[in-house]
Amino acid sequence: MKVELTVNGRKAEIDVEPRVTLLDALRDELGLKGTHAGCEHGVCGACTVMVDGAAVRSCLMFAVQSDGLDIMTIEGVARADGELGIVQDAFCETHGLQCGYCTPGMIIAAQALLQRNPNPTDTEIRDAISGNICRCTGYGQIVEAIRLAARHMRESNALRAGEPAE
Amino acid sequence: MNQHNHRFISSNRRVREDRRFVAGKGKFVADIEMSDMAHVALVAAQHPAAKILRIDGSAALAMDGVIAVLTGEELAAAVNPLMNGLDTPNVRRFPLAVGQNRYAGEWIAAVVAESRALAEDAAEKVVVETETLPFVIDPEAALESGAPAVHPEHGSNLLLDRTFDWGPVEEDFARSEEKLSLRVTWGRNSTVPIETFGVICKWDPWSEMLDVWASIQMPKYADQIARSLKIPGNAVRVHYDVDVGGSYGVKRGIKHTVLCAYLARKLGRPIRLIEDRLENMRAGDAHGPERIFDIDVAFDRDGTVRSMKMRALDNAGAYAGRAPFQLGKPIGAIVGPYQIASVQYRAMSVTTNKTVQEAVRGFGQSPTNYAIETMMDRIAEYLGMDRIELRRRNLIRADQFPYLIPSGSTYDSGDYHAVVDKVLAQADYEGLVGERDRLRAEGLCAGIGIAACLEPSGGNSSFEPLLNEKNRTSTWMEGSRINVDALGDVTVTIHTTSSGQGHETLAATVVGEILEIDPDRIRVVRPDSLGSLPGNSPVGSRMAIMLGGAAANAARNLRDQMIAIAAHAMGVEASRARYQNGTISGPDGRTVGWDEVVDIAHRRFHDLPPGTNPGLTASFIQQVPTGVALPKDGKVQMYPCYSFEFHVVLLAFDPVLARPEIRRYVIGHDCGTVINPHIVKGMTLGGIAHGIGAALLEEFAYDGEGQLMTQSFLDYLMPSSHEVPEVQIVHHCTPSPLTEFGQKGSGESGYLGAPAAISGAIHDAVRPWGVHLNKLPIRMSAVSDAIAAAEERGNRPQ
Repeated sequence: MKVELTVNGRKAEIDVEPRVTLLDALRDELGLKGTHAGCEHGVCGACTVMVDGAAVRSCLMFAVQSDGLDIMTIEGVARADGELGIVQDAFCETHGLQCGYCTPGMIIAAQALLQRNPNPTDTEIRDAISGNICRCTGYGQIVEAIRLAARHMRESNALRAGEPAE
Repeated sequence: MNQHNHRFISSNRRVREDRRFVAGKGKFVADIEMSDMAHVALVAAQHPAAKILRIDGSAALAMDGVIAVLTGEELAAAVNPLMNGLDTPNVRRFPLAVGQNRYAGEWIAAVVAESRALAEDAAEKVVVETETLPFVIDPEAALESGAPAVHPEHGSNLLLDRTFDWGPVEEDFARSEEKLSLRVTWGRNSTVPIETFGVICKWDPWSEMLDVWASIQMPKYADQIARSLKIPGNAVRVHYDVDVGGSYGVKRGIKHTVLCAYLARKLGRPIRLIEDRLENMRAGDAHGPERIFDIDVAFDRDGTVRSMKMRALDNAGAYAGRAPFQLGKPIGAIVGPYQIASVQYRAMSVTTNKTVQEAVRGFGQSPTNYAIETMMDRIAEYLGMDRIELRRRNLIRADQFPYLIPSGSTYDSGDYHAVVDKVLAQADYEGLVGERDRLRAEGLCAGIGIAACLEPSGGNSSFEPLLNEKNRTSTWMEGSRINVDALGDVTVTIHTTSSGQGHETLAATVVGEILEIDPDRIRVVRPDSLGSLPGNSPVGSRMAIMLGGAAANAARNLRDQMIAIAAHAMGVEASRARYQNGTISGPDGRTVGWDEVVDIAHRRFHDLPPGTNPGLTASFIQQVPTGVALPKDGKVQMYPCYSFEFHVVLLAFDPVLARPEIRRYVIGHDCGTVINPHIVKGMTLGGIAHGIGAALLEEFAYDGEGQLMTQSFLDYLMPSSHEVPEVQIVHHCTPSPLTEFGQKGSGESGYLGAPAAISGAIHDAVRPWGVHLNKLPIRMSAVSDAIAAAEERGNRPQ
């Protein structure tokens, strides 16, 4: 089936079997390898992407369901080649990761949180990432990273995550 | 050795690997595309034990896009069995079951197709005719006479049964005033990385080369592939520049690799196998220890623990794998951080019809620590003594190091009492007790858990010769190479894959420290296995010590070469020249800069000191500090360095619902000199999270039919950000006298004590009911059931 969607600001057209997940379509059809498969049954959150501004598990969605939707993957988060976004930079600052496998999904979940809540409490941060399992960090430095990113965003003149430029 | 003299070591520098990962630009094995690649799916055994009568792949092969169906019989005829470290030649293991399968889910056949989806569809069309056989999943039942034989040719279900007597045990028992016995059980869990195991194998018949890309963390991986496939070692090229999405010990897919390598040679196409989650949980052969401890302990009324008899019975699962050796490593810290004068240790590994074990973080040390710490709590309870006071009385004192334990290992250094004091101060222990009592007054169950334990680090494989006399291994080396190119830029090599440990940061930091140049200027690369120095991968909490040592020594060598070149240029003795920040100065104040030395080394042979080779490069292969001798009389120096941790945790739950909530978690951690504080902190916090899972949530549970019940993340519960609390780390630094900078290992920290501490906290919480919960994980239902049962017996709290 033909599907037209917008991925990281660019229109894309793919032709996939109805049974193909959005996750597989992003990775295999569009070559966006930053979104990772963890459990493929909607628990671990490694495959989290932004769909129309909401954090969504791409393993639980068929590619054909994304027709006409606006998708953002981890590849769309950096501001330019070699220039990290605020959340990404904060994850580097606090070492909010180790193996890097859950990290793209975690960063998307954090972006989604900070987009709707610029000043989250630790409880709100933990709620927002509670659907993203990390086996390396024990979450401590991830919570620190999101806390730091929130501060940087509040203090910066830059647009907030997902904020339209107009 | 004074950490304060370091410029880059111990400073809070960013971890260089993080940049690519936050951008989604890691290179994981599933990200690698290759033209003409074919995909594998597996046909899984339905019964825990069954004779394979017939495999019919014709319906699968008739499907469009299906390339091949491979059976165990064909594969076993072509390859050697997978490596078995024990001397049990009749326990043979191949990637696919041969003749019979030995656990539910074991791979019976492999299907190769143009896509993974097609291969999965086709796998369902493979008809396997079987005759079910009796099975056994309980390790004690497997030991009974008449139990179903998992490997009939082996003669029994015992893979290993060794008793060590580091005496005088009987005399110490006879002399002691008190004795008690306990049994505790460590449930079968594992590290379960979020990335499953995956591998791509490609055979080039024109160069006779097997290329392997894998999500691997395994010593001697290339060697094992070559031996199994019966091809030369230099016909296997493992690509180490593959990022591994978590491992913590288990990513050792040798069976997957041999299977794919065979298929790649047979079919002439690159072959890819990426486990799905079900395959990973059921037949990834990556479960962890499952262990019953029976302990007798002898002690005096003042709390002095004199002697211990421990029997550890481990359920290895269907094949030997690394499981039996995970009973061996804890011998190196069998008394924990305590002065216990004599020990009897019986290590029993039994095979059953469960999934195969793999190495798990700590290699058996965390279960053993849990047993030792539970023993200490029981002694305190028996004597009516404070648990911390009991530990203080028995902890090895700072003035006793180096300290030889009965099983032959010498602990390098430590100041356990100082760490305990620091943690209690940080935790405001009196206040914590008050908080616990306040929670209790509110009607909650509340308890404080205590655990002290060691992390043996620097990993050599002394447990192998100890448990298998035919194994004569006495080195577990690691290499590193430094090149300074003709432009003067520095490149360091590491010769393994990494799975989140930050080895690139480690190598750059250490080399920057020695060469006194900014580590950010140093490039770190991973040559493939054929271009690599010998190494043993990041196992056994060893890389800070071993890669750190190799890189530091290579850097020292390089610095000496630079000094010699510069001194020659100045016409002075090298011993009188001084290196600082990349510039060499002579006694008269003249200097030769970095660029000048590089120019001489790379272009001006005539200016080199006589007998000096051109170029600027140094390699060093680091031997394990202390790791030189084979075992003698059942004793051996197991690992060189011993990190210490001390946990205090306050936990509370409702007596009816019993959902535990960790209110406070403080850990004191001494791993000597810290190379990168961010990395050590992350390891410790991650280890605690993993320990919370082992203590409360995670278990590969089987039903009475021998079927694995926890096959998905819906059933196998892992701690989320809700279950893992904020943890405070209290640092202490007792440098190791054995390593370059005083560093010790930290890759297993947190995990080694957290299960014991949490179990202790639950026991403190249910103490009013006088119940013991002797098996991990301690489920909510077990706690509330135990409380209800105690109340039914009329055992109500006062």
